[in-house]
Amino acid sequence: MKKTLRMLSLALALALVAGAALSLGSCAKAAPKTAKIAMVVKSMGNPFFDACRDGAQEAAKELGGIEIIYQGPSTPTAEGQIEIIDSLIAQKVDGIIVSANDKDALIPITKKAMSKGIKVMSFDSAIAAGGRMVDLVPSETELIGKQQVQLISELIGAEGEVAILSATSQATNQNAWIEVMKKEFETNPAYAKMKLVATVYGDDLSDKSYREAMGLFESYPKLKGIISPTTVGVAAAGKAITDKKLIGKVQLVGLGLPSEMKFYVMNDACKQFALWNPVDLGYSATQITNALVKGKLKSAKDGTPVKAGEVVEAGRMGKITIGESGVAVMGNPFVFNKSNVEKYASIF
Amino acid sequence: MKELLKRAAKRKEATLVLLFALLCALVSLRAPSYLSGKNVNTIANDSALLVIASLGQFLVILIGGIDLSVASNIALVGMTMSLANVAFPGLPAALLLPGGSAMGAATGAFTGLLVAYGGLPPIIASLGTQCIYRGVVYLVLKGSWVTATKMSPGFLALPNTPILGVSSMVWIAALAAAAVIVFMRYTASGREVYAYGGNKTAALFAGVRSRKVEILAFVASGALAGLASVLWVSRYGVAQSETAAGFDLQTVAACVLGGVSMSGGSGAAIGVAIGALFFGAINNALTVVRLSPFYQMALQGFVILFAIVSNTLIDRRNQMKLAARRSV
Amino acid sequence: MSGPSLGPAADGALVDESRLIRADLSPGKRLAALALKWESLLFLIFVAMMAANSLLSPVFLDPANLLDATFNFTEKAIIALPMIFVILCGDMDISVASIISISSLFMGMSSASGAGTTAIVLVGLGVGLAAGLFNGLLITRLDIPAVAVTIGTMSLFRGVSNAVLGDQAYTRYPASFGELGQGYAVAGLVPWQLLVFAALAAAAALVLNRTVFGRYVYAIGNNKTAARFSGVPVQDVRLAVFAATGLLSGLAAVLLTSRIGSTRPDIASGWEMDVITSVVLGGVAITGGKGNVGGVIIATFLLGYLRFGMGVMNVPGKVMNIITGALLIVAILLPRAIETLRRRALLGGRA
Repeated sequence: MKKTLRMLSLALALALVAGAALSLGSCAKAAPKTAKIAMVVKSMGNPFFDACRDGAQEAAKELGGIEIIYQGPSTPTAEGQIEIIDSLIAQKVDGIIVSANDKDALIPITKKAMSKGIKVMSFDSAIAAGGRMVDLVPSETELIGKQQVQLISELIGAEGEVAILSATSQATNQNAWIEVMKKEFETNPAYAKMKLVATVYGDDLSDKSYREAMGLFESYPKLKGIISPTTVGVAAAGKAITDKKLIGKVQLVGLGLPSEMKFYVMNDACKQFALWNPVDLGYSATQITNALVKGKLKSAKDGTPVKAGEVVEAGRMGKITIGESGVAVMGNPFVFNKSNVEKYASIF
Repeated sequence: MKELLKRAAKRKEATLVLLFALLCALVSLRAPSYLSGKNVNTIANDSALLVIASLGQFLVILIGGIDLSVASNIALVGMTMSLANVAFPGLPAALLLPGGSAMGAATGAFTGLLVAYGGLPPIIASLGTQCIYRGVVYLVLKGSWVTATKMSPGFLALPNTPILGVSSMVWIAALAAAAVIVFMRYTASGREVYAYGGNKTAALFAGVRSRKVEILAFVASGALAGLASVLWVSRYGVAQSETAAGFDLQTVAACVLGGVSMSGGSGAAIGVAIGALFFGAINNALTVVRLSPFYQMALQGFVILFAIVSNTLIDRRNQMKLAARRSV
Repeated sequence: MSGPSLGPAADGALVDESRLIRADLSPGKRLAALALKWESLLFLIFVAMMAANSLLSPVFLDPANLLDATFNFTEKAIIALPMIFVILCGDMDISVASIISISSLFMGMSSASGAGTTAIVLVGLGVGLAAGLFNGLLITRLDIPAVAVTIGTMSLFRGVSNAVLGDQAYTRYPASFGELGQGYAVAGLVPWQLLVFAALAAAAALVLNRTVFGRYVYAIGNNKTAARFSGVPVQDVRLAVFAATGLLSGLAAVLLTSRIGSTRPDIASGWEMDVITSVVLGGVAITGGKGNVGGVIIATFLLGYLRFGMGVMNVPGKVMNIITGALLIVAILLPRAIETLRRRALLGGRA
């Protein structure tokens, strides 16, 4: 009796595990002889990256013979991305595109991937030079930072206290932009009457960003403007300004998604914000990786950065030129306001 | 009067209140605006959600468990209620509050059933449902977000509607706290939860039904998390799979800070509410005195440790006094 | 109902079997017999999982891949070993991931000030040990529940890293330090980490099953008061267990920092629950007193390879969590449910 029962429970457990695995596996069959390109993002469930994936799939369709694998950890950690890249190495994918949670921590694993012939590039948030062959930045760091200061200056008449609401304190791209902004505030004579009073971190969590924005209103009653160069932060700040009835008193700019910001643009909490097109970003990254995989870049060897001056034919994006230490730049950020936000809100 | 003070001083919450007063005094020295009506209101607003969710956690800790599914309950119920708002924008937003509580009670009951009838320890059952609930949110939304753009204006205004100068969210938190206090003190079921958490075997022999108490605790935790979830998604204007990530341990910390014993059976709802408020006050203090946000976590940890150590020392002294009196 | 149920005193092992195994066996043997049964069930689930993965993915069953995949869970597995002792004592330590953070912080500092590999490792282990002792002293000398103390130190330890590092990071480590967490032994195939874990697991099993200390741990978990009255140095044993947890978290910090070559405050965030999950799935009762090392080792590999298998099939992380959560519930529920049904049937038959 006891034995039968134990056997029964065992059989049930086996069935459970096998069933779970089977149902998952069936949707993950790969056709042979296609090039597999994996896009590893900071975390799953972020609409910005979902739009990047759409771009990647568009490029894959155009190029033909490419399967896109879209993956990311459930929380934005380097350890989670390492685990994913390990499983991608095991699958012998041909190329990996990463938006890094930590520019240094991924180097050992991406080096390992490159040593096995996998082409690795970073996009959106970089891996340091030793750990990838190309880094595609959506726009010049300088340009993004300067534009943000310019946008807020326009709204507040270049005068008054301004604060920055960032994502996590470790985000590579955020810190680089903030660095530029700080320099602008300090050195650009046009902004002499503006003062950067604080940089706070919302960790890309809506609730924390919201409370940090509220905190800024408390600690800086004379605050005139907030720059939030992160999609989560800028939306949360929009909500905070709306709730605190500060529309018109505190201006907001940042990097945001039209679909999330439409509400705040329409109610004037955020009169203008910028962003590059994430669909284009994913599209271009896939074009570049395809060029790497197909051996179209002559200097792409040994897992070192591609040499400056190489040109990638990137479909509808035209030619993309690789710059110093393998960094390629996509284009200029686009400014959204009442006149155009509606149109883009349905796309990303 | 003196007797009353003496009795108050013996309570665990007394340390917390003292600590709270100390914090207020210190911060006010540097930033007098800290105790202004406006800022107190901000603190209350920032703590309201933690107060509500911690009160639920409190019941589970009282029975000697931990509920690790509080945050994922908020994510799941919050998503469902915001989707309901998107689908039926005409429906009065306030109706989603009882709706969210009901759904939270159901998701909590599922964890409770696993504990009561499946014999799973609370921490394991809720760890399991945590993973499942959050995953379900991801599967339903397919990674997208329910954003303010899609929500109705009435829904977005729900937590901030002022009533007598105080936001509705704070009123709801206060009512929830009052309800839990009354329930725990004056109802037989409430006393049963204490009895069961204090000494399981004795309570069972005294006729307390273990399964009822276990399910009750998880239903309460779920219902309060569900209530908080509606306010959460309407306040922050977004529902997604990572909503309230990391909130579980914050509710546990608020209970610990409020003098609730992690071994179960002892603690008061009022302490939990003060503990949760205290967290809001610390975070607010950091921004008001313009201290680097990087000190926040260390300060929280220090305060938790300080509170539990001093509580323990007070407990000990009381027990020694009691023992001395007995021996006379 | 057959008298008062002991419902809440739940655990992972097939508890009800204990009634059938007669008291003529020694307590140790009885426990061993129980653990063995849970372990064999787990092992079979493990085999089934491996078989299913191999069938579904052509790349899964490749020795090099399987060995490389261990990098992602060896550090957690190393912390799981002392966590077995902690939970056996009826305690809990949720500060382990934060100990990694603070330990890595000090390693980064010493590396930045020019320390060599040996010194960095010693610093990492030392800070881990100190953090563990700090936990243990608060818990045992003041007699505060371990969850309460470690939820405080969880914030405090990681908070210190936050306060010191802010938005900065330590990324410069000597090359030889990198070898520790990334290197291979035995024909360049087996990660060093895995060998370290194997040695530690053997040691943990030895201590738990063959020494007085191990017997003390079980005695404390079964009944603290009784253990104290029968002369077990309860508080000293618990202190040692928390110190060991700190030390091995320090070791995990050494390996992880070396593997990723970078120290940031958010390093290893969320690991505490992963560690506790594998210990509980391994059959260690959360109420203390029951469980063994073998089950936890199997559970660690089961969870690790389940994730890896789903990884090579590109299952999104959130979906993996659903499956892990369901596995945790079902694996513990199933044997208990069947046992209950059986008991009902037996009782019904007698009546």
